[in-house]
Amino acid sequence: MAVREKVFDVIVSCFKRHGAEVIDTPVFELKETLTGKYGEDSKLIYDLKDQGGELLSLRYDLTVPFARYLAMNKLTNIKRYHIAKVYRRDNPAMTRGRYREFYQCDFDIAGQFDPMIPDAECLKIMCEILSSLQIGDFLVKVNDRRILDGMFAICGVPDSKFRTICSSVDKLDKVSWEEVKNEMVGEKGLAPEVADRIGDYVQQHGGVSLVEQLLQDPELSQNKQALEGLGDLKLLFEYLTLFGIADKISFDLSLARGLDYYTGVIYEAVLLQTPVRAGEETLGVGSVAAGGRYDGLVGMFDPKGRKVPCVGLSIGVERIFSIVEQRLEALEEKVRTTETQVLVASAQKKLLEERLKLVSELWDAGIKAELLYRKNPKLLNQLQYCEEAGIPLVAIIGEQELKDGVIKLRSVASREEVDVRREDLVEEIKRRTSRPLCMC
Amino acid sequence: MAERAALEELVRLQGERVRALKQQKASAEQIEEEVAKLLKLKAQLGPDEGKQKFVLKTPKGTRDYSPRQMAVREKVFDVIVSCFKRHGAEVIDTPVFELKETLTGKYGEDSKLIYDLKDQGGELLSLRYDLTVPFARYLAMNKLTNIKRYHIAKVYRRDNPAMTRGRYREFYQCDFDIAGQFDPMIPDAECLKIMCEILSSLQIGDFLVKVNDRRILDGMFAICGVPDSKFRTICSSVDKLDKVSWEEVKNEMVGEKGLAPEVADRIGDYVQQHGGVSLVEQLLQDPELSQNKQALEGLGDLKLLFEYLTLFGIADKISFDLSLARGLDYYTGVIYEAVLLQTPVRAGEETLGVGSVAAGGRYDGLVGMFDPKGRKVPCVGLSIGVERIFSIVEQRLEALEEKVRTTETQVLASHWWPSSVSRSSRMGSSSSAQWPAGKRWTSEEKTLWKKSKGEQAGPFACAELSRLSGESGTGTM
Repeated sequence: MAVREKVFDVIVSCFKRHGAEVIDTPVFELKETLTGKYGEDSKLIYDLKDQGGELLSLRYDLTVPFARYLAMNKLTNIKRYHIAKVYRRDNPAMTRGRYREFYQCDFDIAGQFDPMIPDAECLKIMCEILSSLQIGDFLVKVNDRRILDGMFAICGVPDSKFRTICSSVDKLDKVSWEEVKNEMVGEKGLAPEVADRIGDYVQQHGGVSLVEQLLQDPELSQNKQALEGLGDLKLLFEYLTLFGIADKISFDLSLARGLDYYTGVIYEAVLLQTPVRAGEETLGVGSVAAGGRYDGLVGMFDPKGRKVPCVGLSIGVERIFSIVEQRLEALEEKVRTTETQVLVASAQKKLLEERLKLVSELWDAGIKAELLYRKNPKLLNQLQYCEEAGIPLVAIIGEQELKDGVIKLRSVASREEVDVRREDLVEEIKRRTSRPLCMC
Repeated sequence: MAERAALEELVRLQGERVRALKQQKASAEQIEEEVAKLLKLKAQLGPDEGKQKFVLKTPKGTRDYSPRQMAVREKVFDVIVSCFKRHGAEVIDTPVFELKETLTGKYGEDSKLIYDLKDQGGELLSLRYDLTVPFARYLAMNKLTNIKRYHIAKVYRRDNPAMTRGRYREFYQCDFDIAGQFDPMIPDAECLKIMCEILSSLQIGDFLVKVNDRRILDGMFAICGVPDSKFRTICSSVDKLDKVSWEEVKNEMVGEKGLAPEVADRIGDYVQQHGGVSLVEQLLQDPELSQNKQALEGLGDLKLLFEYLTLFGIADKISFDLSLARGLDYYTGVIYEAVLLQTPVRAGEETLGVGSVAAGGRYDGLVGMFDPKGRKVPCVGLSIGVERIFSIVEQRLEALEEKVRTTETQVLASHWWPSSVSRSSRMGSSSSAQWPAGKRWTSEEKTLWKKSKGEQAGPFACAELSRLSGESGTGTM
């Protein structure tokens, strides 16, 4: 949980830095709300039992609830983030280690704006978060649904096979081109020449120069959709350069993300070294964040079909939790699970009353303090408790000290003790705990 | 198909006719007539096949939190969490659902309010009803003998809205619990201290914490002559004393629950009493109550509790109230409930009782129900009724006409103009949306402002810049 809090802090402060509001939605939606939005994945939705009321299902992601929220409140623009758990009845036999309940951190910008500016901001946010988390080098692949579709068209893929060929191409980050080609030709019935033509394109990746190159491509430039996509990507790269992140972005023609509702730019961030670990949400090998533009989803909820264009991103935090945990373990950094600053202890018996009075005083002054729930605890046990919990200070009440009007303040790390006047204790503790200590 | 298309066209035309009439403010009869025609045409179309249904609602008893409500929520949670942390609590989280068996048999009559998941071929699951049973399961599963933890999460109850109007089916609970075998009443006192700190910090008005003890209640019923089998049901009658008069409660006990009137009267003599530690002393001298072993234990512990509460500086907020008889079966010792002293119940909030905003108690037997060897782990804890507090805080903010900041943007800037463009022309240009600085804007305000300036769908006018230096995306862990 401590790891989780730290990761969320980084993510939330980035979202806030970009001016996002936050919303929350119920854990379940009307079953009808989720129906027809997830394609094949619909079988992974958790339904609630029919207990005589409305038919309900647990949310599968945060995007469809977002679209429902926009349509319901008739909002035409909003910039929001939403961090919450989602539920998928993944079959563990097939996808070992995949959680059925896991967090998603979504950020989305809804509204009709000038092209690519919000899209660029989403990528900027992704880069800021991944840098701040210090989980290693990363790369953000971008592509565009229209370029993909245009490319399939000019290569000769029949319309009906677009989506299925798309999901084959999507595997190129995990398997070789030969395997992908075999699947397309052998299993999905694609003509070999068509597959070869696709291969010529999808194995390419690069910067804005690749965009320029493809804009000159004799066939691709004939396709209206592809041209639109390429044009937008060119503009996007200009903005990304101004945002200082163009060096982290790769235009990758093999990026073909799963969800049907993307209509424009799509992107996926991958870590450059760490292999996939068991128990994490897999977005792809080393993938930690993803997103894209989806202009048609809200319109599915509006009775008049009014469209609200959206672009957004989702951070794959479960994966990040594991990485951060391992990193902390490797550094042998002790992660504290409490924030207690001082333990109120007694050196002799029959001092419970004094401890209760003092700890209450500290709490009332806003200091984080604890005491052992024993009438007559041994000093050694109290000190040990501090070591285990990482509590930095001990305020020791002793009979003699009481007579002298002082409290012994002990630093757990250095074992140094100093007598502090009772009336000065709060000040002294605040002074010591406000110094920036190493994260413990 | 063509017929249908023609029909659809007729529906569309008729719809436009109706709209036009309404715009022209034609007579009501005329509009009604045309609407009737429209409905007839639509009926001919038959049910919408394959047409997307537009379900624009959240499930019954649940709600979205708008940015404004989230801002209120965040502030309230900040106060609560910092108090829990100040007292050295760790935090845990558990899944939103548990195995159905885990929840079975823990909630008595309330079990019918549990949401079950559909049997889809795997384990039978139910949504959690509270955070206490999951906590007990967590302790037993991890063989923990002591922990001080807080847990803030939503819980789910299929309350029947007809009976308890305004009650949410999905709502937050903020629980704090201390598990472990310790010297008596110290952790119990700390729970009450925490409750008082939180309610004071939230500034939602004056409050009072009622305390009682399960053993005192049971002892009291015994010496009054209540048959053992009627203990729990008489208990829930007594619990209503905070809402209804003694006469009504007596009638229910005698008339509906078959209690002898003299027994009811004897109960009445006790339960209408409340006071400070002096009442505890008084009852310790009570000739009959002091004969009852259970009651003596309870009274002894309450006496000790009051000593600690005095040292904690909160004794003046505590009232020993013999009518407090909280619902849940699993309490075994001290029980407490915090009530606000003025604000009436408002619709839409979780009702713990009239004006009740927090409650808790000691429950020593629950973890043992999960342990294969029945090993007991004594627990004491509290739960803050935040939904109620959200409403109160929201209203308070509105009253003060304080605008809740829903974003934390500090600087808004229009898009960059080349320096060759004079300042005045920049300011005067209709295509530059120079938001007045130094104020944070909600999205609604921005939309209104844009409209007022005659803005069309222009440049992405609110290009919000990051805070300058020191925070440009390089916050480290």
